[in-house]
Amino acid sequence: MSEQVFALPDVGEGLTEAEIVRWRVQPGDEVAVNDPIVDIETAKAVVELPCPYAGVIGELLVAEGQVVAVGTPILSVTGKSLLIGYGVMSDTASLPSSTEAPARTQAPESTQAPVNVRALAKPPVRALARELGIDLASVTATGPRGDVTRADLYATREPTAASAGERVAVRGIQRTMAQAMVRSVHEVPQVSVWRDVDVTGATKLLAQLRTDPGWAGVRVTPVTLICAAMVHAVRTTPIINSRWHDLADGTAEIETHRQVDLSVAVAGPRGLVVPHIPDADRMNLHQLATAISTLTERARADLLTPAELVGGTITVTNIGVFGADGGTPMINPGQSAILATGRIMERPWAINGGLTVRPIMTLSLTFDHRVVDGAAGATFLAAVSDYLSTPPSSP
Amino acid sequence: MTEGEHTEPLHLLAPDGSLSEASSALPLPPQLLEPDLLRALFRDMTMARRVDTEATALQRTGELGLWSSCLGQEAAQVGSAHAMDERDFAFPTYRESAAAWVRGVDPVALLGLYRGTTHGGWVPDEHRFALFTIVLGAQVLHAVGYAMGQQRLDSGGAAIAYFGDGATSEGDVHEAMVFATVTNAPVVFFCQNNGWAISEPVHRQTTVPFTQRAAGYGMPTMRIDGNDVLASLAATQWALEHARGGSGPVFIEAVTYRMGAHTTSDDPTRYRPPGELEYWATQDPIDRLRLLMINREVAAEDFFVEVQAQADALGERIRAAVRGAEDPEAGLMFDHVYASDHAQVERDRQRWSAPFAEGGVMA
Repeated sequence: MSEQVFALPDVGEGLTEAEIVRWRVQPGDEVAVNDPIVDIETAKAVVELPCPYAGVIGELLVAEGQVVAVGTPILSVTGKSLLIGYGVMSDTASLPSSTEAPARTQAPESTQAPVNVRALAKPPVRALARELGIDLASVTATGPRGDVTRADLYATREPTAASAGERVAVRGIQRTMAQAMVRSVHEVPQVSVWRDVDVTGATKLLAQLRTDPGWAGVRVTPVTLICAAMVHAVRTTPIINSRWHDLADGTAEIETHRQVDLSVAVAGPRGLVVPHIPDADRMNLHQLATAISTLTERARADLLTPAELVGGTITVTNIGVFGADGGTPMINPGQSAILATGRIMERPWAINGGLTVRPIMTLSLTFDHRVVDGAAGATFLAAVSDYLSTPPSSP
Repeated sequence: MTEGEHTEPLHLLAPDGSLSEASSALPLPPQLLEPDLLRALFRDMTMARRVDTEATALQRTGELGLWSSCLGQEAAQVGSAHAMDERDFAFPTYRESAAAWVRGVDPVALLGLYRGTTHGGWVPDEHRFALFTIVLGAQVLHAVGYAMGQQRLDSGGAAIAYFGDGATSEGDVHEAMVFATVTNAPVVFFCQNNGWAISEPVHRQTTVPFTQRAAGYGMPTMRIDGNDVLASLAATQWALEHARGGSGPVFIEAVTYRMGAHTTSDDPTRYRPPGELEYWATQDPIDRLRLLMINREVAAEDFFVEVQAQADALGERIRAAVRGAEDPEAGLMFDHVYASDHAQVERDRQRWSAPFAEGGVMA
């Protein structure tokens, strides 16, 4: 009788990891070649994996919800006769069978409790138990064969369920966001500057466009003009639209992009996504407005393609929609700047010694200080401000 | 044989297994209902589907790097490939595994391309079937060039170019149709409109039927039900005869559906509208031929059982052979760069192989 182990394959082209979403089999189930065994979710898709072997499912080596690297053993399959797992089984302990699913929730020991039976656990778990000073027999086992798992050991050291908070596994888009943010804070020395802008000009232009028959059916919002302002400002300060490259030999290079691929942070149904508009600098305002509304609609409908979700050369995020005025946005790794725009609020505003009321918005710019210095950052911010204060009359 | 805008695709065999009334637009030659031919068509579609499902499973278990499934398109491919004779030559995309099966290409050889153990897999001349072409639309130019050659050799043979709805937007396909029509080349453009170009729906490629566009180049066209193997065979037979006889190119649009993903790297559930897959499941090409054969008493249950057993045996043979395939020698990559010896390639080969021969490692 041979045991065969199935390692997680790369089901895409160059994928490195996948999440085990749902097991379709349990230990003891009989399987034929190509029977579906598990659903996995990669960066690209949820796919169903078929079983490469015929036999009886031995062990599920990875729990649902876990993210594992390609090449990680996820399942063992044995011949038709059953393989006893680690440790010594008592005569009274039941073997897994195809009709009776093995205990995933309770160990045979804990239900039958023969006093002289050694608890089931894999050698590394036994070692960890010794290290932590935990008696294996005292632990509630939740492993697929009633064995004590690593998680069971940690569970004994945690507060009881009554006092513990609710925990949710970090997956999918949230996981991607978390990884990007950790990379950003570890790799990028970033600095934020901000500036209040009188957006009277932009507000008037918006009102004008919304009544213009040539713009009928096109959604124009403050974000439209902010995006246009950024593209305009990149022309004055091209270095803001760059990428820092660490080279293998320890030196570094700065790549200044020829085009503006404008990333726009959008709250999608599954979380924050940052799709981009390629070649935003080649668009007129009308084209840009259309591209933004298409992109945000697609993001909200969860229709973005993986290609749209990666890339981009500079980012804009509108925190004003959530009621915030300003902040210190964090750079999307691979870019050198991100602009956050706040609420538009009527505020007292002094002009030529007189006090008046104007619509004011705060712009918060974070830049990579390896690439951009304070002067360039401020110049860029000023150019964005100027555009919004006095936008071109006929864009 | 042009048809108007937005008309139903021509068909001979309905999803319920019934034969439609013969029409002048697409006649049904009586020999297409010969029992041996129907059995062969059924067998070929079933075997091609088994190749496809096994390849998908092999990819999902890490044995192939990639697979581009032809699930749902068996009738379009098997019917058209059956129309070829020994003078013709086919130029496929990367999705024509059912046509390859009909042309006698061993599925194991074909899957070598997807396992990365070969750059080709078969000798095109032996099967009158060119290598899979990954570059979108390029093979359509190859087909026209080949056809122009046959025209000059006066061989009486024709070329058939396979391509999809998405490829019609490629400049290559436009150029191919220009050359084909102005030279009156013996080529059949066989467009499988499977509804999707990766994630782009067909209405992003054209606002009129593809046949209307093709007619603009000045060639006869036919728009057929691509899930109807008899329509595919009859239309392609007619088109190849037209081309071989010196009457010039023909364009066929076979309206079908890609039941699977674009490739195994893609997730169609992200863009496919609800209900579409379910609708096309009712249009299955193999099911409708089975119904016809039962109705006409061309085959009984034992035939279907036997074919299924053959298909399963084929699946097992493929699985074992693919898993057992040995990695090729690295030097193989130099073998087919040029048809004849080439000094530069030889120097490269020697530089590449020397460190391995000495047991050393490339710097």
